[in-house]
Amino acid sequence: MSHNNSYIKWPYPILYEQEGVASSDVLVLGGGIAGCWAALTAARQGASVLLVDKGCIIRSGCGGPGCDHWAWSGDNPACTSNPDEMAYKLMEARSNWTNGITSYINCASGYETLLELEQMGAKIRDTEDEFKGADFRDERTKMMYAYDYENRTIMRVWGATFKPALYSELKRLGVKLYERCQATSLLTAGGKAGNRVIGATGLNIQTGQFMIFKAKAIVMAMAMPARNWVFSTEHRGVSSFKPVVNSGNGHAMAWRAGATVTNMERSLSLLLDSHDTLPAYGDGNCNNTWHPCNMVDADGKAIPWVDRDGNAIKDVASRSLPSKLGQEMFLMIPGLGGKSAYDSKPPMLIADIQERVLKGEYKLPLYADLTTMPDDERRVIWGMMVGSESKTKTPILKVYTDAGFDPEKDLLQSYFMLGGSSMMREPAAPKERMIFSGGGGVVVDWNLMSTLEGLFAAGEQIFSTNGHASAATTGRYVGKRTAEYIQRVNGLEPDRLQVDKEKARVYAPIYCEDGVDWKEFNAGLCRIMQNYCSEHKTESLMQMGLGVLDEYEREELPSLCADDPHKLGRTVDVMDILTVDQMIIHGCMSRKASSSYLNFGRLDYPQKDPPEWHKWLTLKLEDGAVKKGELPIDYWGSLKENYEAYSKGKQD
Amino acid sequence: MKKYYKEVYAKPNRVTPSRPVIFDEKKCTGCNACMAVCQADVFIPNPKEGQPPLILFPDECYYDGCCVEECPVEGAIKLNHPLMQRVRWKRKATGETFRVK
Repeated sequence: MSHNNSYIKWPYPILYEQEGVASSDVLVLGGGIAGCWAALTAARQGASVLLVDKGCIIRSGCGGPGCDHWAWSGDNPACTSNPDEMAYKLMEARSNWTNGITSYINCASGYETLLELEQMGAKIRDTEDEFKGADFRDERTKMMYAYDYENRTIMRVWGATFKPALYSELKRLGVKLYERCQATSLLTAGGKAGNRVIGATGLNIQTGQFMIFKAKAIVMAMAMPARNWVFSTEHRGVSSFKPVVNSGNGHAMAWRAGATVTNMERSLSLLLDSHDTLPAYGDGNCNNTWHPCNMVDADGKAIPWVDRDGNAIKDVASRSLPSKLGQEMFLMIPGLGGKSAYDSKPPMLIADIQERVLKGEYKLPLYADLTTMPDDERRVIWGMMVGSESKTKTPILKVYTDAGFDPEKDLLQSYFMLGGSSMMREPAAPKERMIFSGGGGVVVDWNLMSTLEGLFAAGEQIFSTNGHASAATTGRYVGKRTAEYIQRVNGLEPDRLQVDKEKARVYAPIYCEDGVDWKEFNAGLCRIMQNYCSEHKTESLMQMGLGVLDEYEREELPSLCADDPHKLGRTVDVMDILTVDQMIIHGCMSRKASSSYLNFGRLDYPQKDPPEWHKWLTLKLEDGAVKKGELPIDYWGSLKENYEAYSKGKQD
Repeated sequence: MKKYYKEVYAKPNRVTPSRPVIFDEKKCTGCNACMAVCQADVFIPNPKEGQPPLILFPDECYYDGCCVEECPVEGAIKLNHPLMQRVRWKRKATGETFRVK
């Protein structure tokens, strides 16, 4: 940035290499939804708490700007199911490739968590009676539901009010907030990986100060890795679905500390954040927030909706009900195949739009047509939902409204469907992949403690756990577990050598005068993953990929340069991305079978889902070497019994 | 003859996108509320007090719009979608098309 054609001085004091020290009972790393819930719940139990986040906590994290769905609360009073049944249905619909512990916590405590949030000032029900009498509203509680109006498993919520409410509560409880501070590593007893975790280090991305945090219990609540196959600041712009700062810091630091991770092999064809997408929920579609919007072709001809058997659904109301032909409930989960996927399959647009376009039956482009929707449905989509989803309140609702878009008069153009696809996105290139829903992460027990003593996890930090309600419920649950844990342990002093090593690693880029910048490095890493670990994997290709990553680590990483604290933070991020890439490739090499459930393809092991591979493959770093293991697919035992025991304070 | 330049300096290309938000300097009071709420930390304070923050890292903008929402002065800051992401719509009655601006 030049000012009057000359560079201006960095606006914050430069505190490179200077140390700040803070200690508490509980240290929470990551101030998104999971981290805020963990911190405030531990504080409510009487623990002193530090919360560290590289953004600003009032809006940081994937769910910071908003959230429009609160999913799978089997404990909500209007739900036809119950927590136990809901959890099993959910897991069945995901063919059991999901985390039973965190699924159960979500299903059993979603509603009570939401009520707690309301007490903090968040809006969770239609208190103004804007939607009185609507099919999706429960008249007694004024709660609103989405998708399956009969079974009511997912609530519509005013999520843009959530983060400010959590933030106020954190302040009220006296939780000490370290904002613009990026966690860089975990500190372990005696400085040895694999030992009890006793603290963490951080870097202030405005001043460059180095922080040493000490605590009896540490909760990792950082986001799922991103930017592993595709990264471009030039193309993403408003289309980026998740915060650009997400880079898998937590995964990388857990790995370096010796924690066990699993499911790292799972990734999927790029669903969001490709170079060619448009603003999420900001173009014509009938997915997620826009379900069940009318879709029409360029001449206004309606695209039909069908039930799971392909029978036409004539009216809008029936799109929000299970099939009349014997369906119990539908779930909004991408079908993973088999009977369970059929059981839970939602109503959809016809699957052969593209063929019909080619035959001339429909004329492109397609449009979302809210003008013909029932009034309640139009207002709930364009207004309540688009006003609450992760990042639509200003970017879509306000910007479009200011530009003149009127849902009563206008048809919003559909770009995903330009090629006639009925999916949310046009198919991505085979090399474009991402870690998303159900991806890998830290292995936890029923206390949500990792395999390292003293290190807990919540939200997407845990393997196969995602979504706003899941982040909130696991954060809340782990906050209680840490408060119990700190009663039994003492804090330990960090090892000086470990701190010094971390300082040397973190600050290296400021001493490099001319080298590669973080963005080019990130793009280079993506190319490695595209070339050696994309849709079509083989042992030899992935072995080469590991070799190239090692080469980059030895030869290119030392030339990373950063000329201010902000860029230094971004540079530490891309170093972590390299580590996560290594974890991913090791994970992929462990699984010697293909899997349609995991979107996992091996050319050298083409057989899909042989039963002997239905298990979690684990990885950890031990004395510098990768140690591989496995866990039964249901290693958590009885969900109900364990949840009831551990949520009441049972210890192992 | 139309004067089309003042002085020419040797400058690198601007990054893309380079204008994620646009300030109305007449309305902005330089309170930096937008800067404080930005989770990507794209702004720095303006050395001139009372002036809008400087957009130092426009390419890192996540377009969540929290800066606009946080601004205490209506219209002082506007989210500016990049050209390649401006969605179009059609007025049903007339067939006329519009786009995000």
